[in-house]
Amino acid sequence: MSRYLIGRIGQALIVLWAAFTISFILLQSLPGDAILIKFLNPELGLGPEQIADIRASYAVDVPAWTQYAHSILNFLTGNFGYSVQAGVPVSHVLLANLPSTLRLATLGFLAAAVLAAAISFLSTLIAFSWLRSIIQSLPALFIAVPVFWLGIMLIQIFSFQLRLIPVINPGEWEALILPVATLAIPISAPIAQVLMRNIDHVLTEPFIAVARAKGASRNWVLWRHVTKNALLPTLTIAGILFGELLAGAVVTEAVFGLNGIGSVTQQAVNNQDIAVLQAIVVFSAAAFVVINLAVDLLYPVFDPRLRIKKEATA
Amino acid sequence: MTAAKAMDRPVLEIDNLVIAYKDQDAFHSVVHGVSFAVRPGEVVALVGESGSGKTTTAQAVIGLLAENGRLESGAIRLNGTDISKWSQKQLDTIRGSKISLIPQDPTSSLNPVKTIGEQVGEILKIHGRGDKKAIEARVTELLARVGLSHPELRARQYPHELSGGMRQRVLIAIAIALEPALIIADEPTSALDVTVQKRILDLIDDLRREFNTAVLLVTHDLGVAADRANHLVVLQGGRIQERGPTAEVLSAPRSPYTRKLLADAPSLAKPQRVSKANTGSDEYAIVVENLVQDFPVKNGRETFRAVDGVSFRVRKGTTHAIVGESGSGKTTTARNVVAFQKPTSGRIVVDGADVTALRGENLRQFRRKIQLVYQNPFGSLDPLQSIFQIIEEPLLNFGRIAREDRTRKVHDILERVGLPESTLTRKPRALSGGQRQRVAIARALVLDPQVLVLDEAVSALDVTVQAQILGLLDELQQKLGLTYLFISHDLAVVRQIADTVSVLHDGRQVDSGTVEDVFLRPGSDYTRELIDAIPGTKTFALA
Repeated sequence: MSRYLIGRIGQALIVLWAAFTISFILLQSLPGDAILIKFLNPELGLGPEQIADIRASYAVDVPAWTQYAHSILNFLTGNFGYSVQAGVPVSHVLLANLPSTLRLATLGFLAAAVLAAAISFLSTLIAFSWLRSIIQSLPALFIAVPVFWLGIMLIQIFSFQLRLIPVINPGEWEALILPVATLAIPISAPIAQVLMRNIDHVLTEPFIAVARAKGASRNWVLWRHVTKNALLPTLTIAGILFGELLAGAVVTEAVFGLNGIGSVTQQAVNNQDIAVLQAIVVFSAAAFVVINLAVDLLYPVFDPRLRIKKEATA
Repeated sequence: MTAAKAMDRPVLEIDNLVIAYKDQDAFHSVVHGVSFAVRPGEVVALVGESGSGKTTTAQAVIGLLAENGRLESGAIRLNGTDISKWSQKQLDTIRGSKISLIPQDPTSSLNPVKTIGEQVGEILKIHGRGDKKAIEARVTELLARVGLSHPELRARQYPHELSGGMRQRVLIAIAIALEPALIIADEPTSALDVTVQKRILDLIDDLRREFNTAVLLVTHDLGVAADRANHLVVLQGGRIQERGPTAEVLSAPRSPYTRKLLADAPSLAKPQRVSKANTGSDEYAIVVENLVQDFPVKNGRETFRAVDGVSFRVRKGTTHAIVGESGSGKTTTARNVVAFQKPTSGRIVVDGADVTALRGENLRQFRRKIQLVYQNPFGSLDPLQSIFQIIEEPLLNFGRIAREDRTRKVHDILERVGLPESTLTRKPRALSGGQRQRVAIARALVLDPQVLVLDEAVSALDVTVQAQILGLLDELQQKLGLTYLFISHDLAVVRQIADTVSVLHDGRQVDSGTVEDVFLRPGSDYTRELIDAIPGTKTFALA
């Protein structure tokens, strides 16, 4: 087990290094830079020498590989550099915005899981075939809808038409309802699709017939035999969807004007605040890797077949 | 008096049963007016090939037809009550308690994420038999009754920790838990090794006697039916061809179909083939000496010896069979011979070439001489290729052959394996299992090999199809002078086709020689046990 764990952590570190390096190369090769955007503004009235001083203080003109070596060393010691735009350390920017994004993402993910489970099990339980086919076609619809459009439509309907949720000064939790829904709906779709397929597949397994032959009712079989077996493969999908969750958070925060990593990302892209972007990429990669590692380590807990085999007994 | 009366009344009466499946929008009948009865303590076997409607009939009895199936007419009387029109909710009350099921494939018939104890206890829980503690005690008792050692430990284990035979015992424990009046055994042993099959069938026999249970045995294997059933019901295409007491049906079959089934069943038929064991060529097509194959286990800290000192010689134009149960090393030996796996030690010479020394291009050219036919004719053909492409492909891999020559070659081979030309444009899914296996044989023969390795090549086929394929193999061998290495778990089939045989057990060669010698004078206890376990031998010896 420990050997497996060390191997997996080694892989995770390689992924992180690759994410850092590739994003570094991409960000460095962008035309223009953050300092020009911020300080070349004529209203500031800075002379060329002063700008040169600022550039020197940010060390932006040293060769790229020196910068690479510096920033990788700094990242290793927990120093993510300075945000040119905000003039504070990147770590401050991240820490200030992390909690709200974390809250949005967690709630969004939970809502997606509940929605996916509801769709999948309803599609199995409902007897009317026309209603069942409507429910079964929902995930395809959810995937096709763009997040920004969905967000705007939800505001239109629930805030402006139905006036259920105020746009100006909503309560702390009230303000989260629509963003969470916007985030959850597209994420729930692939989970629901995989889950529906799994349920259908498990229902054809011989052990289901054996359970029915014991006298178990349809519902008994569904809850006690199908659910766990059908949920197991969805765990992997859930891990992979974490990436979607981050991407979704960027758009959702922009549409709803929320503070968080998403809006920080958006501003950093507009201002070419490379240090911030670099930190966000590495942070996202780290979160992605950790979540997928956790999923893999959790599998044996739910699936006895993946536990280390005890010595065969006579 | 009352006991005698109870004996007379059938537990199960099937009366003119018609079952249909929905295909597209219309219902098509697959069972047309089947009637039979099963009395207490009696075994009635539903015998037939795939598509005969035997499993459909059994599923209807327990009310578990597939979603697109329905009962069109007829009655299913359980102890005199017609249950054919009962709702699923009503059926739930008698399933498990009055009728129970022993399923076909023990490896997939237990929920992989629940313990054995939970799954045996479930049937008691569903029918409200006792509290948690009482159920636990009863589970242990049941597991012990079906012959599992350490029942308390087994109850805590998961299905994957048990062998196939042990899992089938668990499923039998579930089936007898509430002492039902009727047990439906749907091919209960067709996924098991022959020695395990015998033990499982013996166990079902014991329990049937103990509880005077009626058993409806569904099987494709006439040998099993002959050994175990009081009555036979022979089905073909959803109709009863013949039914009656087992001894009568076997000794004086009235329907031509039953006669054909009996003639084709390898365990019941006498071998008609003239052995070439001593008359064949003096040259050897395959020589295997002291073959050893180790595999690393537990992250390479230990090795597992899958094949341990196997040696045999096969004369050109003859058939050598390697027989063994799962885990005997027979497939590993075959993989060594076709050079898919380099042996740990030992010598393998095929057609004068030392196989273990071959590398790169020489190894590739060697594959022309020796071809493989696999067990599963459904998985071994690419579903997207046409039959022509499948048979042609090996020719494309070896040298430039003009298109007309390839086409001619494919047509020739197709004719040899007895398939019509119209097959060429079809896809594998449009063919039956037997036709697919003919295609697989054609693909193997298109390179004009000298040796054909047949890995359980007829195991997945119905007996009549099996007999046809065995006949085809025999004919091809005589015409083309082919040498066969025939890998099989089925001793009865081996007796039909092979000249010489090696019996493998746990990687060791426990017997070898001509088929006649090994069958009549087995040198090891294991071989004797294997021969005794062939279903139908008792009946065959008597007939």
